[in-house]
Amino acid sequence: METHDVTIIGAGVVGNAIARELSKTTLRVLVVEKEADVAFGTSARNSGVVHSGIHYAPGSLRAKFAVQGNRMMQELCENLSVAYKRIGKLTVASTEHEMDKLHELKIQGEKNGVEGLQILNHTQMEQKQPGIAGLQALFSPTTGIINPIAFTIALGEHAHANGAQYRFLSEATSISQNPDGLYIINLKTPKGSETIHTRLIINCAGLHADAIARMTGYDEFTVYPCRGEYYVLDKRLSEELNLLIYPVPGAHSGGLGIHLTNTTEGNILIGPSNEYIEDPQDFSSTAEIMELLKAEGQALLPSLQTSDFIRSFAGLRPKLNPPSVGGFHDFVIHRQTIHPHVIHLLGIESPGLTASPAIALHVFEMVRDLIPFQMKMDWNPSFEQQNGIYRQPYPLSYYEDEVRLALLHKDPDFGTLICRCEEISKAEVHSAILRIFGPITLVGIKQRCRTMTGRCQGGFCLPRIISMLEQEFGHRADTQLYKGPQSPLFSGYLRGDGGPANV
Amino acid sequence: MCKPQWDVVVLGGGPAGLAAALAAEKAGADSVLLVERDNRLGGILVQCIHPGFGLHRFGKELTGPEYAHLDIQQVSKGKIQSMLNTFVLQISSQENHIDIRLMRTGIVETITTRSVVLAMGCRERTAGAISLAGPRPAGIYTAGAAQRLVNLQNILPGKNVVIAGSGDIGLIMARRMSLEGAKVHAVTEILPYAGGLARNLNQCLADFNIPLLLSTKVVHVYGQHRLEGVRIAPLNPQGTVIADAYQDIPCDTLLLSVGLIPENELSRRAGILMDSTTGGPLVDELCMTSVPGVFACGNALHVHDVADYVSEEADVAGKSAARFARCGHDPQELIPVSHGPQLRYALPQKIAPGSTTTLSFRVAKPLGRCQVEILQGGKRLYHKNHLRLIPSEMIRVSVEFHTAGAVEVLCEERP
Repeated sequence: METHDVTIIGAGVVGNAIARELSKTTLRVLVVEKEADVAFGTSARNSGVVHSGIHYAPGSLRAKFAVQGNRMMQELCENLSVAYKRIGKLTVASTEHEMDKLHELKIQGEKNGVEGLQILNHTQMEQKQPGIAGLQALFSPTTGIINPIAFTIALGEHAHANGAQYRFLSEATSISQNPDGLYIINLKTPKGSETIHTRLIINCAGLHADAIARMTGYDEFTVYPCRGEYYVLDKRLSEELNLLIYPVPGAHSGGLGIHLTNTTEGNILIGPSNEYIEDPQDFSSTAEIMELLKAEGQALLPSLQTSDFIRSFAGLRPKLNPPSVGGFHDFVIHRQTIHPHVIHLLGIESPGLTASPAIALHVFEMVRDLIPFQMKMDWNPSFEQQNGIYRQPYPLSYYEDEVRLALLHKDPDFGTLICRCEEISKAEVHSAILRIFGPITLVGIKQRCRTMTGRCQGGFCLPRIISMLEQEFGHRADTQLYKGPQSPLFSGYLRGDGGPANV
Repeated sequence: MCKPQWDVVVLGGGPAGLAAALAAEKAGADSVLLVERDNRLGGILVQCIHPGFGLHRFGKELTGPEYAHLDIQQVSKGKIQSMLNTFVLQISSQENHIDIRLMRTGIVETITTRSVVLAMGCRERTAGAISLAGPRPAGIYTAGAAQRLVNLQNILPGKNVVIAGSGDIGLIMARRMSLEGAKVHAVTEILPYAGGLARNLNQCLADFNIPLLLSTKVVHVYGQHRLEGVRIAPLNPQGTVIADAYQDIPCDTLLLSVGLIPENELSRRAGILMDSTTGGPLVDELCMTSVPGVFACGNALHVHDVADYVSEEADVAGKSAARFARCGHDPQELIPVSHGPQLRYALPQKIAPGSTTTLSFRVAKPLGRCQVEILQGGKRLYHKNHLRLIPSEMIRVSVEFHTAGAVEVLCEERP
């Protein structure tokens, strides 16, 4: 019988942050994830903003964890080699009414403990972002941007490196309890169904957290998926935007308005839209919103050309307020009276990414009250150096030549380019493949090293990555996957037993 | 600064780069370097195993690899040096030379040259550019990537195929996938006319009974994991979707052939002035860009219809680069070339007074009976009547220009 102390359901940013926190202890931690990899859901599909905490009601969990998480982010990202920049944010008022709202936001932010807030006049705004429109702005210097995918992956990889086990393609289908009080989780896996036993369950299932909660009889909340669509813009435009610029949010809006967002890698995002949908799996882009985003983008960035829109994507917010109510519900972190060893985390939408490290500390303390454990003495907050693993906040092409030259001596493949747009070397792709600790998928590679994310969207690198997987890892092309077992990349080989004649 | 290492460095070993290097050598350049990022010369020709190349330049029909082979053979006979598996990171113009930052396995280095020929070719437009609604399943590839997988890597992308866009690569791949046993259900085109050459419409679609659906758009893709189908809908004459007239086609593969974009990130970063219509640099009759000593040709300059014209244009660029390396360049007042509304663009954008220059141009939309005229200072230097002109076919006309007067390229429909 496979028994674990703690089982975390969901390998998104919250599940992984908790797994990493618990990996400091002697507890046997298991993370189960229905997808093939970490960061395959909402954690990879958002603006990547580390919020300051001005927008949330004082005393709420959102306010508390956003401010606390924001303060933890710098050190955490240094430890985990994740791209993070504190670039600051302007919340811009365009009307007298919005100016009043701005002052309210400042007072609310200060109550929440946000530091350095300043109301700027137009001249001061111009100094931050030439050409900016609006009457006044609230400047929050602690707002930043992060690579949310790299962050989620790094938390997971670090937890895994410190002993947390991960089971991918494992979807929890039912939960029961045996007479000893142990929980039994039934998993749907590629093998059929499997069972695991665990003393404690932490439900971090995001969009599916309500379904998991119902498995232990907790039906207080429904998760309403609310889609946000984005466009990724060509890096050519990266210098057009110095810092984050948001409109003053409307009173009943469930988002923060369509705006431009810088990313740590230099692509500007336009989005997100805000639309309640039925299906928690539907990450579709829609024609209407794409058109809207293109028009808004052109209005916000007049130098935009059609070829600058390189990719659209959509994320889903796990909202607890139904469409009729709108707005935001506070995070729910709940222990059931009848199941004190089950912790449900529900409605961790924005600012969930920012809050995740603080939520993990909070859950850690809840676990401490439930199961005795000891701390590991040798736990290293950073990754151990591993031979042949490239682990830096940015792809090598973002650094000065000296960095590349130093690496070239160790591995000449740091000079062999596989991706022309993002200039990703063969050594970096190789390293990304080695880092994957579940099934190898093209999306898993892409999310670790940025291949296929540039302006040609894999037209150049995809065939080359396929060859690498065949020749260096022995993965036949007819078994290669896009994002899981149900998404084979190809029908098969054309001639013979496979492999190219001479490429 | 001592003498630059090279007279001419050509960036890109495809048809443009090969012809430019050969022309530079023939024109007397002392040293010519050909830089190619792939592991062999030939560029995209290597994966174009279909015939149709060389009719104009060699007087016989060749496949892509055969066409490339003829040039590669010439290159290997001479003193042109090639550097394979090498990426160019940056070009920057210095006072008396040009620096080129290169990278290949184990090496990052800067080389110096008197002149450069940009022959980087083009890349394909992607799903992002055409706002494809729906999820992001496996099975959506650009036609060129699929061509490489099939022809060079022995991989069949899928068995039930829809092709969005009627560009030549899409048409060629419709035939290719059919020959490999896949079922190609349709080729869709948002415009009311095809994007590819007439011969490809006949030989690749008609001969294989593959329907070409004009004024039709792929409006949605289906499938969470692998593509399961596409929704296509007709467009009205204003180009908007007739929403209730859609049709769903089950398929596991969607190939995109929705246009090509000249590859000019290097050129932009080097401060070269670009033409927003062609997507390539602004050039004069020598194919020289706004940065002295930097020349451009082939699909990096503007997207061509046939490889033969690429080679022809590259010949001018290579020759000019060699001359620049030897004699430098006397800046002179150039004559602007403009074009009428029926044309999408005309190249070069400027010419030297009194030069003999081949102008390249395309119509903006299909025209019936029409007359092409080239005027200088209002005086007609050239005219020709056509029964039909289509945007996919480039027109090239060589003209002896006078020493003064603005040049206009016009095309008027005739009743």
